[in-house]
Amino acid sequence: MRIALVASFALALANGPIGTLLLMRRESLSGNVLSHAVMPGAALGFLYAGYSLAALSFGGLLTGLFVAGLAALKTRARPRHQDVSLIAFYLVSLSFGILIVAARGSQADLMHVLFGTVLAIDVNALLLIASITSITLLVIAALYRPLAVESFDPAFLRAVGGGGGVFRAIFITLVVLNLVASFQAFGTLLAIGPMLLPAAAARCWTQKVWPMITLATAIGMAAALAGLLISYYANLPSGPAIVIGAGLIYGISLLAAGRTRFEPRIFEEQR
Amino acid sequence: MANSSDGARWRRSFSDMVSLGGAAIAPLRRGLAVLLSALSDRAQAAFARHFDGGYDPSALDGPAQRGDGGIAVRNLSVGYGEHLALEGVTGDFAPASMTAIVGPNGAGKSTLLKVLAGIVRPMAGEVTCAALARHRLAYLPQQAELDRGFPITLGELVALGDWRNFGSVREPPPRLAASVHEAVATVGLEALINRQISELSVGQFQRALFARLLLQDADVILLDEPFAAVDESTTDELLSLLQRWREKGQTIVAVLHDLDRVRLHFPSTLLLARSPIAWGDTSLSLSADNLARAHITPGLPERGRFGRAA
Repeated sequence: MRIALVASFALALANGPIGTLLLMRRESLSGNVLSHAVMPGAALGFLYAGYSLAALSFGGLLTGLFVAGLAALKTRARPRHQDVSLIAFYLVSLSFGILIVAARGSQADLMHVLFGTVLAIDVNALLLIASITSITLLVIAALYRPLAVESFDPAFLRAVGGGGGVFRAIFITLVVLNLVASFQAFGTLLAIGPMLLPAAAARCWTQKVWPMITLATAIGMAAALAGLLISYYANLPSGPAIVIGAGLIYGISLLAAGRTRFEPRIFEEQR
Repeated sequence: MANSSDGARWRRSFSDMVSLGGAAIAPLRRGLAVLLSALSDRAQAAFARHFDGGYDPSALDGPAQRGDGGIAVRNLSVGYGEHLALEGVTGDFAPASMTAIVGPNGAGKSTLLKVLAGIVRPMAGEVTCAALARHRLAYLPQQAELDRGFPITLGELVALGDWRNFGSVREPPPRLAASVHEAVATVGLEALINRQISELSVGQFQRALFARLLLQDADVILLDEPFAAVDESTTDELLSLLQRWREKGQTIVAVLHDLDRVRLHFPSTLLLARSPIAWGDTSLSLSADNLARAHITPGLPERGRFGRAA
């Protein structure tokens, strides 16, 4: 239980800034897709080595990055159709992963991969999560400026010689890394929840980036604490409890503050 | 329910948390700098190339430092899929010239600017532009292409124009605040310097982008419909800024719709309909004959002035 709490807090620490940046870039949809892209790789790892942390994480990381690269190529070729191709990736990779797990494992394994188990996190998994969180925070702290400018005005960054593609690739890699870290706790279906929901709630309250990140982290931690307590005392699955906690906070924030600044890109392109 | 003093206390402890996070960043940055200086020369060069592009503090402002602002276009063709947006474009933008690009919808005006800015790669032909290679080219896309909801203040947006003096990771130089203030004052937005850009009107946002251009001080400035949906007085002020920049030796290329404005302010015009119909002196380029060939009917109201490209 204590390990689960520390793990969720560590995840919240990295998910705050990552989620905020995802929202700022209006790429919540691609974040969602990437979370499902982790699935087939994790399933293959499961097929190869059973329920081993290293195999699951490595496999998930590989397919996650592979799909990210594929999506980048596809976007470059036909930017207009990004949403459709992303959803295609998402459906196919999810189904593929489910088939693989179902072929070898039991119903329980499938539930485990889809929804995760915070309470099953051991010290090794905690170390993995903590390392990924540290790397994420360090990289964001060091490269925040170009990351932000690249999402706001890529043509400008290019014109002043700052490049651009590198920073996009770094950011997507960070997203995939964190999804792999969250995967143990929340499964492929819910991994994006603790990343996006606290950030979405935070941006209802403030428009400045640093407060947004801080608030998102705090909300993520509060949701983790509440969700864990509820799941412990009411004997409910912990991952969904935490996500519902974050969702509740988001709902309250929406009603209370009522600002919706960053609609997902998909709606804008259909204008 | 929490009473107001509770709320104030919460807000204070929250802002403490935020500033704590901010305070942690400074030593982190310094640590990164130390780490970098400990790397080998080759590793440092690799870092600079990949992550620290555009850092070039030696580039001082002023006409003495101005480079070659000319652009040579040779036999340029650009296509999206099977559709040709530009075909056989050849010509020159002279240094310190001020050229308007005019043409019907779908004539490839924006595409041409994107090629000049190095964003779209040509299918055939070539563009030679020293300013682009030296990162001394500024490009302002149509406003719709920028995310106005992005959480950044006007001051921060303008400060970005000074990128060459801080790059990706360095602390900005101390004189930046003063030059940002000066630029913001020049476009008449001092009062709004700490506002989020989402709170600005279209005209104010365009002024802010021009202030960023001021700091950027590029040799070549490319503008895609800079005055679309911008009010009259703002347009006039920004036009006079353009004149000043031209006198300082900066090359200006702008996609425009308002033919009267073009005749009044722009010495040269490129009339474009997939390929150039006319390129040169504005009064000659915009002759009734040429306009008819470009399927432009003069005299229609502002919005519907141009017919569709055949």
